[in-house]
Amino acid sequence: MCAMKREEAEALIQEVLEVYPEKARKDRAKHLAVNDPSAESAKKCIVSNRKSQPGVMTIRGCAYAGSKGVVWGPVKDVVHISHGPVGCGQYSRAGRRNYYTGHTGVNTFGTMNFTSDFQEKDIVFGGDKKLEKLIDEIETLFPLNKGITIQSECPVGLIGDDIESVSKKKGKELDKPVVPLRCEGFRGVSQSLGHHIANDAIRDWVLPRRDGDDRFESTPYDVALTGDYNIGGDAWASRILLEEMGLRVVAQWSGDGTLSELELAPKARVNLLHCYRSMNYLARHMEEKYGIPWMEYNFFGPTKIAESLRKIAALFDDRIQEGAERVIARYQAEMDAVIEKYRPRLEGRRVMLYVGGLRPRHVIGAYEDLGMEVVGAGYEFAHNDDYDRTIKDMGDATLLFDDITGYELEQFVQRVRPDLVGSGIKEKYIFQKMGIPFRQMHSWDYSGPYHGYDGFAIFARDMDMTLNNPCWDQMKAPWKGAATGARAA
Amino acid sequence: MPTRQCAIYGKGGIGKSTTTQNLVAALAEAGKKVMIVGCDPKADSTRLILHAKAQQTIMQMAADAGSVEDLELEDVMRTGYGDVKCVESGGPEPGVGCAGRGVITAINFLEEEGAYEEDLDFVFYDVLGDVVCGGFAMPIRENKAQEIYIVVSGEMMAMFAANNIAKGIVKYASSGGVRLAGLICNSRNTDREDELIIALAEKLGTTMIHFVPRDNVVQRAEIRRMTVIEYDPKAKQADEYRALAQKVIDNQHFVVPTPCTMDELEDLLMEFGILDVEDESIVGKTAEEEAGASA
Repeated sequence: MCAMKREEAEALIQEVLEVYPEKARKDRAKHLAVNDPSAESAKKCIVSNRKSQPGVMTIRGCAYAGSKGVVWGPVKDVVHISHGPVGCGQYSRAGRRNYYTGHTGVNTFGTMNFTSDFQEKDIVFGGDKKLEKLIDEIETLFPLNKGITIQSECPVGLIGDDIESVSKKKGKELDKPVVPLRCEGFRGVSQSLGHHIANDAIRDWVLPRRDGDDRFESTPYDVALTGDYNIGGDAWASRILLEEMGLRVVAQWSGDGTLSELELAPKARVNLLHCYRSMNYLARHMEEKYGIPWMEYNFFGPTKIAESLRKIAALFDDRIQEGAERVIARYQAEMDAVIEKYRPRLEGRRVMLYVGGLRPRHVIGAYEDLGMEVVGAGYEFAHNDDYDRTIKDMGDATLLFDDITGYELEQFVQRVRPDLVGSGIKEKYIFQKMGIPFRQMHSWDYSGPYHGYDGFAIFARDMDMTLNNPCWDQMKAPWKGAATGARAA
Repeated sequence: MPTRQCAIYGKGGIGKSTTTQNLVAALAEAGKKVMIVGCDPKADSTRLILHAKAQQTIMQMAADAGSVEDLELEDVMRTGYGDVKCVESGGPEPGVGCAGRGVITAINFLEEEGAYEEDLDFVFYDVLGDVVCGGFAMPIRENKAQEIYIVVSGEMMAMFAANNIAKGIVKYASSGGVRLAGLICNSRNTDREDELIIALAEKLGTTMIHFVPRDNVVQRAEIRRMTVIEYDPKAKQADEYRALAQKVIDNQHFVVPTPCTMDELEDLLMEFGILDVEDESIVGKTAEEEAGASA
């Protein structure tokens, strides 16, 4: 493979930093690194979870996005109120492809937008009364809702609306959880704080509702599947594997999830965590308070899936361990066929990834199953512990980048010329116009699922159809000699 | 003559609203056309002119009607003594919402509705307490009020507040035309009050435009929801307000203030015996420790 040498990679980072004024250069230098898998921790090599520099075109989101959009939004039988002016809720409505079953507007509300639609008078006189009225209206129009969350937009924090007292009052009146979230967008440095705030609200306002309630009949094989938002059906493709090996999934957080699943998770025997970044807080809390061990797993690509299934099974008895082997064996032929078909078409291709807080490291195995190599990876909102995990998964002398700027990402891609870039919608067209095949790795480019064995077949097909699309042969004008384009590079 | 827009600031409870309304009444008596814009959620800036408890406010009416766009100028403006035009911005109850935003919304509304286009000689903004946030700085932002008068007395906290307000003016003076036009001393009968305020004015680079003595007739008039000018035009105090009005009319001394440092201000207060000379040796000592030290 044609990865850069360490000195080349270091020189590239220096060269890219060159363009900044001194202060910005000093700051950005801490966020760019050349990977050394032998390093003990990421602490010395890369700095993360810091405020972005103004003017650098960061692609981070806000705390509201983290709470409403990521963690709470997929809880389908709860109505989520975007408390504040109309835009935050309306422009993020149904934007995250977290699939769910149910009758929208009757017993599920995932793709709808509920907002208190602040006007001047609500800013001046406070929005509390309007919020109470809105909750009453929701209860009248959508009586099958199981609860309500109040997702604060920025102005709520500025004018000091007392959403906690509204929550308590209405929660008592309706005998349902009404959960206040102080996830004003200006808080924190990225959406990451919103995940934390949402986790804390589940801890404080939801889980205690079933404390001391033993009516739920547990089995020794109960697990909670957490940190999967069911993008394009990911959680479904994961859940069936756990069930096939003999486990019972009693809670799915939060993709296609319900309020009762949030409440029941503490009754599970083991908590299986996919997205560490957005739900590790609750995993730790449930371990401390309810004594439920948690385990990170990875369902991208057959190698990691088999590894994870065996690791999960090891926490249970022989029956489950046999179940895991049975599941692995059952899908073996299918996976072999997928790899046999696509690997020759993808072998040796190089990928650069810039995604949220989990996928840059979690999809590495899936690419490797197809003979591809991840030569650069970065996160929008990861913390140090995410990079600790990443440095082990990435090859030597590959590029690591944190909260990368528009300029840096373009420069890295131009210089490294990967065969594929995986990032978000804001990056997609820039790189396609550069002539580089691109996949959206937040939304799976409206495809998916990518988790589980079923997901891998789709993942492999999608990478092939993107990379080997005949359009890339047409990138160069015919009069400029032989078509070279990205493929020949 | 273009309309002169003036804002009155000062520590809470210093007598801004009373002074403003008496001053405005005197201006009206002298034939000037004046409008008062109350910028305080309490909405008590126009009661002496209108003989009312509290005027209906722009924000309250906007909330009742739906939004501020649903209001007309004549809905919110009342005319009182001497044809003085009165509006109150209004705002929330204490502890909820954002009063500052209320002031911004109300002033923008007045501007859009052409309230300032009328043939006015003066507009007076009567602003709540200290400059607590951007909203209460609204009258001195965006070239609204050009002249700031600070009501002050010989009390320490009133002078601290005056100095802070001067700092706020400096901030906006560089981006707009706002200037400090003078201090109005509303007497509390403290010792050498006039000298002290003159000295403070000097430090701030301005003048004490008038010394308003204390007189119970002001309270007697207030009980009747009237200004002294209207209640008892022959009273000596009415002449004081007339004198203040004439000085405001003639005033041409508009400056970018030079606020003092804390130390300078404390020195001034010590000079006049309001603040004791600091004894560093007693700082942080409890009564017990002091007793022990002296024993």
